[in-house]
Amino acid sequence: MRFIGMPDTTLVRSSGLWLAVAGLLIIQALMAAQTRGADAAKPATHPDLTGYWVSVVTTLDWRFRMVVPPKGDYFGLRMTPAGVKIADAWDPARDEAAGEQCKSYGAAAIMRVPGRLHIAWSDDTTLRVDIDAGTQTRLFHFGDWKERATDLTWQGDSIAQWETTGSGGLKVVTTHMRSGYLRKNGVPYSENAIMTEYFDMIRESNGDVRLIVSSNVDDPTYLQQPYTNSVQFKKQPDGSGWDTTPCSARW
Amino acid sequence: MHSSSILPGKIHLPLFALLLITARLPAFAEIDLTGSWASVSQGDDILLLADYTGIPYSEAGRAKALSYSQSQMSVPERVCLFYPQTQLFGGPFGLRISKDTAPDGKVVAWTLAGWEDRAPMTIWMDGRPQPSKNAPHERTGFTTGHWEGDALVSYTTHMKTGFIRRNGAQHSDQAALTIHFLRHGDLLTLAATLDDPIYLSEPLYWSRSFHQTRNQVEQLDGPCVQGDEGVEEGVVPHYLPGQNPFIDEMNKAFHIPVVASQGGAATMYPEFRKKIKDGFVIIDKCTRCGGRGPGPGTGPPPGDSSPPRR
Repeated sequence: MRFIGMPDTTLVRSSGLWLAVAGLLIIQALMAAQTRGADAAKPATHPDLTGYWVSVVTTLDWRFRMVVPPKGDYFGLRMTPAGVKIADAWDPARDEAAGEQCKSYGAAAIMRVPGRLHIAWSDDTTLRVDIDAGTQTRLFHFGDWKERATDLTWQGDSIAQWETTGSGGLKVVTTHMRSGYLRKNGVPYSENAIMTEYFDMIRESNGDVRLIVSSNVDDPTYLQQPYTNSVQFKKQPDGSGWDTTPCSARW
Repeated sequence: MHSSSILPGKIHLPLFALLLITARLPAFAEIDLTGSWASVSQGDDILLLADYTGIPYSEAGRAKALSYSQSQMSVPERVCLFYPQTQLFGGPFGLRISKDTAPDGKVVAWTLAGWEDRAPMTIWMDGRPQPSKNAPHERTGFTTGHWEGDALVSYTTHMKTGFIRRNGAQHSDQAALTIHFLRHGDLLTLAATLDDPIYLSEPLYWSRSFHQTRNQVEQLDGPCVQGDEGVEEGVVPHYLPGQNPFIDEMNKAFHIPVVASQGGAATMYPEFRKKIKDGFVIIDKCTRCGGRGPGPGTGPPPGDSSPPRR
């Protein structure tokens, strides 16, 4: 029984549900736009990684990153016999003579090289990461970008996508890298290596903003097990301190 | 009977549409962290005395560290001393994470099981308040947690003075440890911040990654049994200021100058490399690789469950 003047509660409930449906459809449409090509890539609901960042080297691997580790120091790595052979033959003078002093600045190693990053959108679907150490540039391609099938490069081809589960950060998969060094002292990775990285932003209670890059390098040619590590950067207010330097085989 | 009622064999259209849509939306629910996580520490687990590289020590912190003698660990009452939760970032072991739930399914606490030398960490999620600042400090500390998006964030206070590194680098009992648990599939990264107003001039940032494993991570040894390790009763081994004989260990082993091995905030940043570049000489042959010289067998420390190739 329904009294005159009282709303039809069933109708109200039903209308409310349809409104909820409409709202969710709009949200979905927005999210779909974000996962397609352009709008997709730029952060609307994702962490904004753009800006200047500086490496913060605090852990026990300081001596592997801030200076050149001794020849033959492969602590913590499991290389294949082929990898050990190459590492044992490490000769920075030979790399310099061959014009290959950037071997320790390739994508699989560059985030561990102490320095500064400048992250910016170069277009709607490409996130550009400039690195002052070694004067390198990485390009993270979103959407339907196709990997180049030809030349291998130090920084390889990187496909990026925002994660919708997990920590909600950026996932980047890099292939087609020129063979280089994971560590400055000649620990190699091959052109078959595949690197998967996750970029997470953390806001500290003191106002610092931190970028955590967790990476996994899988290279059956030279590594018996994937090389996994995480490094961190601190957000900078501007580009002061930016110091482009050339690659060096000895430092 | 109302047409919009939900009956067997009938469909409530708006509700059905809602279910369809929400099924496609990304889930921002709490992430499950339970299980065993193998350490994939691939940094340097060789601990040299007086290696404080990258630690943003204040003068007080450096002085405290340099006064430390490793023989303190042989003082009877310290033989079985647990490390504090900061050992999560200095120790070589994996994690075993579990959760306790209330009858309504809500998570009351997450627990990081202990190691042979580190007490368990219980992360209380039930909103209980921090203890009074005058409450006793324990090796475990007191930890609360909350979710920020899909990251679990823990906050630990009430720790005793303990090690930042097992070589005597220490934090004070006023230190607070914040950890973000960042899960990406079977990769778990712990990103930590250690704030210490007494011994650090800036927060100390750490990160460390683990791989999920089907092999259960267990404690590696039985309970600690206190024994006589040769330190006389009433003696506290230490070094007076300026008398630590190991101050140049890093220089001898790796050509890293003392100005770097003594730590300080400047040693964390890239500019510091310029200060030590000119005097640095590459070592042609590794002599201090902890007995893990070149070879296919080199790898993480014993007890470390390395991930299988995927």
